[in-house]
Order: sequence, then structure tokens, then C-alpha cells
Amino acid sequence: MDDNTLSLFAGIGALLLLASVIGRLLKWRAGPAPHAVIDNLNARINAWWVMVLVIGIAFVFGKYGVIVLFYGVSFYALREFMTLTPTRRSDYPALVAAFYVALPVQYLLIAMDWYGLFSIFIPVYLFLLLPILASFGGDTTRFLERASKVQWGLMIAVYCVSSVPALMTLDIPGFEGRNLLLIAWLILVVQISDVLQYVCGKLFGKRKVAPNLSPSKTLEGLVGGVALATLIGALLCWITPFNFWQAALMALTVNAMGFFGGLVMSAIKRDRGVKDWGHMIEGHGGMLDRMDSVCFAAPVFFHFVRYWWA
Amino acid sequence: MLATLTAFVITSAARLITGARALWLGCTPLPVQRLYFANHSSHGDFVLLWASLPEPLRKRTRPVAGADYWAKPGIRDFLIRKVFNGILIERQRTEGQGSPLQPILEAVAQGDSLIFFPEGTRNLGDEPLMPFRSGLFHLAAANPEVELVPVWIANLNRVMPKGRALPLPLLCTLSFGEPLNLHADESKQAFLQRASQALLNLAPKDA
Repeated sequence: MDDNTLSLFAGIGALLLLASVIGRLLKWRAGPAPHAVIDNLNARINAWWVMVLVIGIAFVFGKYGVIVLFYGVSFYALREFMTLTPTRRSDYPALVAAFYVALPVQYLLIAMDWYGLFSIFIPVYLFLLLPILASFGGDTTRFLERASKVQWGLMIAVYCVSSVPALMTLDIPGFEGRNLLLIAWLILVVQISDVLQYVCGKLFGKRKVAPNLSPSKTLEGLVGGVALATLIGALLCWITPFNFWQAALMALTVNAMGFFGGLVMSAIKRDRGVKDWGHMIEGHGGMLDRMDSVCFAAPVFFHFVRYWWA
Repeated sequence: MLATLTAFVITSAARLITGARALWLGCTPLPVQRLYFANHSSHGDFVLLWASLPEPLRKRTRPVAGADYWAKPGIRDFLIRKVFNGILIERQRTEGQGSPLQPILEAVAQGDSLIFFPEGTRNLGDEPLMPFRSGLFHLAAANPEVELVPVWIANLNRVMPKGRALPLPLLCTLSFGEPLNLHADESKQAFLQRASQALLNLAPKDA
């Protein structure tokens, strides 16, 4: 880790410390009785400490640490997705291919730096292979729907998530050896946008922005959160290859993608009749609940950086 | 020693692969004598249910399994007798034998809790639950003091479909419902219907 990374993590630690103090103060003021919003807020802050710690450990191990970390993220996300979208017995071979072939091979290709294959492996080869495998079962019931579910889960949970460690493979002139910071910037901006949208929504939220898809999202939360997160992204331009205005535009792009990603993933949850994808992160829900915005922001960010900077 | 170690490895692996989550909806995990009755779609069912019980309860809870499958010398025999401390019953009734439920009644008399699959065999069809066989009724009638707890095991049939060796790492949930007892003057048919409905009510909708 270089000085930039260390000061970044120190800054995040200070921010979390501030959040923890505020959370404890709110709890103290509200009294000993359970309070749904404040207790959930504190659970979320505690989980953030753990998540930052895990990311920090991965960063210590550099490129391979990050690849292993996101392999795990993809695995948990894929498992949550496939658990919630029912498939039939004939889909077993396709699911085996998704968990035991597509997932490891995608991350192996990224570790091998093989852009030509990791960028098309799932959208081309697995796209065609999965329905072929499903057809062997001879079960035509809701065939297209079932085949699409496996493909969609794989695209979101593996392909899109793997765009984050794929940032390590980019050769950006003048930015050599600092690609980890690009990952840190992306995760930080997208996640802080989620947090600030939540905070602004809780403080000032009045008008619902998508009452059917995600009743907790408000216009005030959206505007306030995205504006602040974009400003933070721009102010952090010193850890990126971007200048101030480029960083602001990039931040706005990933924040917008992240917001829409949250809406799309929420629509799927609502259709399945659940509030959260899973239960592994205390206070947040499942892995996909935390990663939904990153899933949509990361591939666009990867290709923008690759096209204009690498 | 070997049995304890095997039990630890199997329950840890089952929980790791399936992320098993126990939802105690209708009762709490208390050390009282109970008969857990569950839907049955995979050989892993009783392992998962057993693994999701807290340690002190697990020691006193014994799965009821078919002798035709498990009473084979070697690994199966070791697993069911030494590791799971199971109760083997003859599923095919033959002339000249006593009640096939006799070994279960003896275990209940000792104070053991049970894991029991009232469908009698694995359900491999599209229906969520097959009609219950009469065993549950006879056990309920003979042991009115034992709580009958319905447990819905969700998703395990997708984790380990019939005839497949490699488990899929999907998430399983076990929903523990409200205990029921046989009412006075309740007919066998009515009781089995009520028990079956209590179990079905725990199933996730549209699964």
C-alpha cells in the first residue's frame, strides 16, 4: 500500500468513527427501548467497519487479494440470486456450469489479464452454452424464462461484479502501479452515494421517486445524495487519473448507474415478494443488497476508463 | 471420537454449503421433548434439520430413517448408528413382525426427541407435499405429551436433486412452526390433514 491508499483508508476510518459516535449519541438520546431506524443505522455502521476491514486486508495482498475478494462477492451474490429465482430440475447442469465453471474461469481470466476472453466469455460463450445444457433435460416448461434467469444471474453477479477487479488489468499511462486506487475510488463513490441518499432521504425525504419499485427512495434523497457523492468523487480526483471535472463527470455517471441499478434490483426483489436478497450483512440484507449499485456502475466505469484513459 | 468428528464435519459442511438459516417462527429452541416432522425431498433433509438445531438439543434428537436404505454394512451403517444416532424402521411391513413404529416408541419412552418424515419417502414430484402416512398419527396418539413441531425445509431439493452427486451452493431455510397436538376425538384423517396443512403453511409462497 502506498501513502495515497493509507491516507484514503485513514480518512474512511475517521468517517466511520464519526458515524459510530453519531449512531451511539442517537441511541443514547432515544433511550434504552428498541428503535427500528436507529438500531438498523448502528447495525449498518458496524457492518461497514467489517466491510472496510475486509477490503483493506484484500488491498494488502494487491491484485490477487482483490481478485479473491471479488470472487467471494460474486459467489455470494450469485447464490442469493439463484436462490430467489426458482429453477426446475432440468436446470441443474446449467447451474453447475454457472457456479463451478463460469465463476472460477471468469476470475482466472482476469488474473491472467486476458481481456479478449474475459470481456466476452459470459456474454457470448456462456450465453449460448447455458440454454444448450438446460435443453438436455428435455423439460420445456417456461424454458425461456428459466434460461434467462440463469444468464441474467450470471451477468449481474459474476460478469458485472468482475468488472471491479478487471480495473487491475488496465494500463493507464502515468498511473502505473496505482490501479488499486481506481477500485477504491469507484467503490467509495458508489457506496457513499448509497449512504448519502439514505441519509438525505431520512432527513429531508418527502416525494417518493419510485413508489412501486422502491418505496424508501425519495427525490430529496436522490438529488442530495448524488450531488454530494459527485462532489466527493471530484474532490478525490488526486487518487485517480482524472482531473477535477473529469472525476466529477465520472462520479455522476457511476452514481446515476448505481441509482438505476438499485431500482432494477429492487423491482426483481419486489416481484419475488422479498425485502432483501439475503441476510449475510447485518443491517444491510444480503450481498446483492449492498452490491446492486456497484453491479450497474462497475462495467460502465471499466469501459469508460479503458476507452478514454488506457 | 471418530463419530463426534464426523458429525462436526458433516454439520459444518451442510451449513456452509446451504447457508442454512433456522427460522423459529412458532416456537423457540427449548430442550423439551419434541417430534420434528418435515417435508422430505432429499437424503440431506435430516442432516440439515439436525445441523440447524442448537448443540444441546441435537444430542437428544434422533432422526428416523428407513432401514432398507441405511442398514447396509459400512459407511451408511456407521453414519446412521454412530454419527446421527438414528432410529431405523422397516418401511415395508412384513407378516409376523410387531409394529414398525416399535423402535420409535422405545426411543420416545427414553425421552429422546425425533426427526420424522411423515410422507414416508422422498417426494420427487412437482407437488409440494405428498399425503402423510399414518405413522405420525399413531405416534401422536401414543405420546400426547410430546410436542409435534412442523418444519418446512426450503430449497434443499434444488441443492441436491435426485441422482446428482455435486451439491449446488444455494441457500436453504428451515421454518419451525407452532407445535401441535392430537385433539381428543380427532380422527386419523382429520389429524393428518391438519398436520399436513400446518407444514404447508410454512412453505414459501410460489416456490
